[in-house]
Amino acid sequence: MKATLAIQRGAPGELPRIESFEVTFEHGQSVLDGLRALRCEVDPSLAFRFSCINANACKECMMLIDGRVDYACTVRLKEGVTALGPLPKKALIRDLVTEIAPPDERLWPRQ
Amino acid sequence: MTAAGSNGAAAPPTHIETDVLVIGAGGAGMYAALEAARAGAAVVLVDRSLIGRGGATVMAQMTVAAALGEQTPDHWEHHLSDTLAAGRGLCDERLAALLCEDGPRRLREMDGWKVGWAREDGHIKQAQAPGHDRPRCAYVDFLATGPAVSRTLRAQLNAANAVRRIGELVVVDIAVRDGEACGATALHLPTGRAVTLAAKAVVIATGGLTGLYRRNSASSNMGGDGYALALRAGAELIDMEFVQFFPIGHLAPRLVGMDPIMWDPFRYKLGGRLLNAELREFEQDYATRDNRSDGRYVLTRDLATYAITREVEAGRGSPAGGAYLSFQHVPEAEIRSAFGPVVDRLAANGIDLSKRPVEVAPIAHYHMGGVRVDETLQARVPGLYACGEAVGGANGANRLSGNAITEAFVFGARAGRNAARRTLQGSSLWSPQAAGSALDLLRSAQRRDAPNLAAVVVELKALMADTVGPLRTEEKLRSAAQAIERLKTDIGEIPVSSAAAFDPVLLDWLDLRNMLLVAQSVTLPALARTESRGAHQREDHPGLDDNWCVNQLVALSRGKIELSRSAPSTGRAAA
Repeated sequence: MKATLAIQRGAPGELPRIESFEVTFEHGQSVLDGLRALRCEVDPSLAFRFSCINANACKECMMLIDGRVDYACTVRLKEGVTALGPLPKKALIRDLVTEIAPPDERLWPRQ
Repeated sequence: MTAAGSNGAAAPPTHIETDVLVIGAGGAGMYAALEAARAGAAVVLVDRSLIGRGGATVMAQMTVAAALGEQTPDHWEHHLSDTLAAGRGLCDERLAALLCEDGPRRLREMDGWKVGWAREDGHIKQAQAPGHDRPRCAYVDFLATGPAVSRTLRAQLNAANAVRRIGELVVVDIAVRDGEACGATALHLPTGRAVTLAAKAVVIATGGLTGLYRRNSASSNMGGDGYALALRAGAELIDMEFVQFFPIGHLAPRLVGMDPIMWDPFRYKLGGRLLNAELREFEQDYATRDNRSDGRYVLTRDLATYAITREVEAGRGSPAGGAYLSFQHVPEAEIRSAFGPVVDRLAANGIDLSKRPVEVAPIAHYHMGGVRVDETLQARVPGLYACGEAVGGANGANRLSGNAITEAFVFGARAGRNAARRTLQGSSLWSPQAAGSALDLLRSAQRRDAPNLAAVVVELKALMADTVGPLRTEEKLRSAAQAIERLKTDIGEIPVSSAAAFDPVLLDWLDLRNMLLVAQSVTLPALARTESRGAHQREDHPGLDDNWCVNQLVALSRGKIELSRSAPSTGRAAA
């Protein structure tokens, strides 16, 4: 099966661009599985957060998936297009990475 | 704030000063920070991930072993006997005794901080786990032990004014001056800026190296960073060949949103059956026939891993290449009452335990080896401490279930307190030159043609799983050593970058610099150890060899790995 991931990319101050990638997947695989495969197969510079991979314990992979805030590690890949974007109400760092650290756990408050 | 140019490290480094620097904010690091602050030190706690989210503790679902004597009378010396027996002669008895003696105090402290240990008839409930002589393992119910422990320690940290927490900071190297640790150099991921940290004592709490393996149960960021940091700072590592595989990691069907090691509590509570492709229970075969057996029906982790791997190699594996784990003999209502909401999460993954078995297989879970420390948790580099899984020696050749979180608490607290004591005695040795070479390394990062480093990481994990996994041979290990050298050449000595902010390419390069060094530090002693002991199983050298009842030490000398041997430490901790 094939999924198309339409990913919003870019850094603050840049015009956001949508890049589409096709990934092959097996039934049951997650959006995070797809993103990790993309980095290995196509573009290693794609930025997204994750830590626990599979357990939904770290809660770092939260992003906008088809317009809904969700975890990339628990939403499954599907055939056709899945739109991925950074969290809309958090400061953008790059690509799918936003500033989600509590303010007192940052090196300095971002401007 | 975005740094100018392609490489944020070109900007002047941000500098931070503190008494105690703790690297890694899992259970051990958080406990170390708390205890150092309680002892009067100013503390900076850094993590490459968000604080309290990465590492292994948050992933742990069950069992924290301590001789609380709540379920049944117990004494810490019984816990010690079991720990030493599981360690197959290689435990550092000072560290093992510290773990067992201090464990109850730390579990009760966590209880006072309202972690929520499961209770029964008014007492803390303790479960029986393999290798323990009696019920000794506390837990927080419904597979929530790790998250509850993390949450509890985070809450304590939030209330501790003396601890500054900084997430998304990747430590590149420990700063060393005149042979003593005096701080660190780090990369701030969101901006790509270099950061220098001056400290009078540094605590490594970065966890283990299971991230070196294809299938593993810890966070992705556990690729053995701390071992590489310690080696380059001049410390020794011990028992690096002993990687624990968790025998019944989830294999199939694809399960998302749950920890792959979740089946252990199911087995404790419901008595799941391990079956081969013939649907026959096989553990007993290995408990009685195998000369490595301790003769008990319930196999410890090393033996269960061995048993499943052998069944698969003999052509009796399940379709996905593991064993079946069946709960079909357990009434549905009993499964529901034991695991409540977890049953619904399984159903969402298409799993109904009362109807069908799942498939399980060994999965990299924990590392017995680590930084060699004395009974104060200090490495041979003055001012450099280690705690939690990053420490080697307490668990010898095989760790008992339930000892990992206990060691995170106990060693974390001890390392934190001892690091704080040191800072109250001495002044800072910091000088900017101590960070010089690490800053130069970051500044040299460039956009250049290089292999896809994300793919190299995947290749290394496959290599480690296939050739430095649960069943080893000289041939496999030699091929691994050669392949690791080749990968080192492939990535080169100059870091690769792709962007200023949150650059995963630069992070992969820095990770590979560590992972490849640590992979060598596992492979070379595994090649040297021509026997089978605990988690180190050599197909070409089956059985224990009394001459190998020694620890192997790994050190760096002029950039090359050197191995040496030492008799296991005995006697009790004096700290």
